[in-house]
Amino acid sequence: MYQPDFTDILLNVDLLARGAWITIALWAIAFAFGLAVGLGLGLVRSSGNRWLSLPAAAYVEVFRNTPVLVQLVWFYYAFPVLTGWQMSGFTAAALGLALNTSAYCAEIYRGGIASIARGQWEAGRALGMGWARLMRRIILPQAVRRMIPAFTNRGIELGKMTAIASVIAVHELMYEARLLSSQTFRPLEVFTVIAVIYFIVIYPGTLLSYRIEARMARRS
Amino acid sequence: MTEAPLLRTEALVKRFGDLTVLDGIDLAVQPGERIAILGSSGSGKSTLLRCLNFMELPTAGRVHFHGAPVGTAGSRGEVRYRERDLADLRRRIGMVFQQFNLFPHMTALENVMEGPRTVLGQPRAAAEAAARAELARVGLADRGDAYPARLSGGQQQRVAIARALAMQPEVLLFDEPTSSLDPELVGEVLRVIRALAEEGRTMLLVTHELGFAYHFATRVLFLHDGRILEDGPPERILKTPREERLQQFLARFTEFGF
Repeated sequence: MYQPDFTDILLNVDLLARGAWITIALWAIAFAFGLAVGLGLGLVRSSGNRWLSLPAAAYVEVFRNTPVLVQLVWFYYAFPVLTGWQMSGFTAAALGLALNTSAYCAEIYRGGIASIARGQWEAGRALGMGWARLMRRIILPQAVRRMIPAFTNRGIELGKMTAIASVIAVHELMYEARLLSSQTFRPLEVFTVIAVIYFIVIYPGTLLSYRIEARMARRS
Repeated sequence: MTEAPLLRTEALVKRFGDLTVLDGIDLAVQPGERIAILGSSGSGKSTLLRCLNFMELPTAGRVHFHGAPVGTAGSRGEVRYRERDLADLRRRIGMVFQQFNLFPHMTALENVMEGPRTVLGQPRAAAEAAARAELARVGLADRGDAYPARLSGGQQQRVAIARALAMQPEVLLFDEPTSSLDPELVGEVLRVIRALAEEGRTMLLVTHELGFAYHFATRVLFLHDGRILEDGPPERILKTPREERLQQFLARFTEFGF
């Protein structure tokens, strides 16, 4: 019978804490950036302007239809060849995850905007609103409520996706775990603890979104 | 010489694909006129109304507002409309929809304030005071804090009327304002519209309420297949219709009378 031993993990708890911190930083940066850039892309795709909409659509499809792993590796190893600028693993990972997330968020925004009834557009236009004001005052406030479950999904996916950054030597949780496991020969303990830490980090985000959803439901 | 028409259409045509919905409408609306527009479904009456504030862009023909044509004519006779000009026009023309179209994320009061606040740029206090006055006018002074989902259909439509009125429009367009209401709620909305009529406002009303049209309107239009078939005072149009189409149309309303 295998005897679990967590001594080595306890001795290296500072390593794991640092890893968790980098995971959270990656997650926060990529999600904030993804939401913001996604909004821009979603608006462009909803605007009906063909010349803007087509490049935005191409961007979305490229990032949705290639593996994130390839995207991160590309930014880390291929981008410097192209530009001569070597970014750090963290920057490459943050950039790759952010762009990937922005593509998915763009689709969430676009779908949410499209789900608002035509009558809302007409009522706003009948008051003399232009496109931008209508979007800001009438369409987006309604659409964003419907998008929250989708954004929650995206956020959770992204939180887990940060583990991929370990392949380009970003010292986040997964990287530290693999390091620790190979040094201590205790994969069971290490990866169990890591799974628990991921859960503790990600689950509060889910809880927060439930609360936002409930609060918005009460307001209408 | 009479006053210049407030609104005038000139050979207005609207096509959706192969379907011609408006087939050359010439109509002049004088200030203070109350025009009821009748016709079967598909006759083009809603489309005519919606072309007046450019919810639909006409395929051909022009709309004149205070004597000035809307849009600029291109070299091949096509008319170009700038979204900004249309927005400016729309803030002077109020519209009330069949489906109310209140903003569900705003309270009744916020719905009424929205146009004056964001489009006309009025200060909050002034817009709020005016919005409360408009809600009182439609009999909903005490429901300002309610969200649309908490209001009955009749109340929602009255808020929608208050929302249109808050912009101080020069013309009001009503697109079947009672058609999606339960019968017992129709009266409260019609009473509000009648009160507006008594203020001498210029209004166009697409409706199936013949009795109301008779009492409300200074002028009745009967549309059929995208053309104005009859145009005159309600007494003559509704009591002594000349056109056979109109006679058939009116007969349908009396068929099940008792």
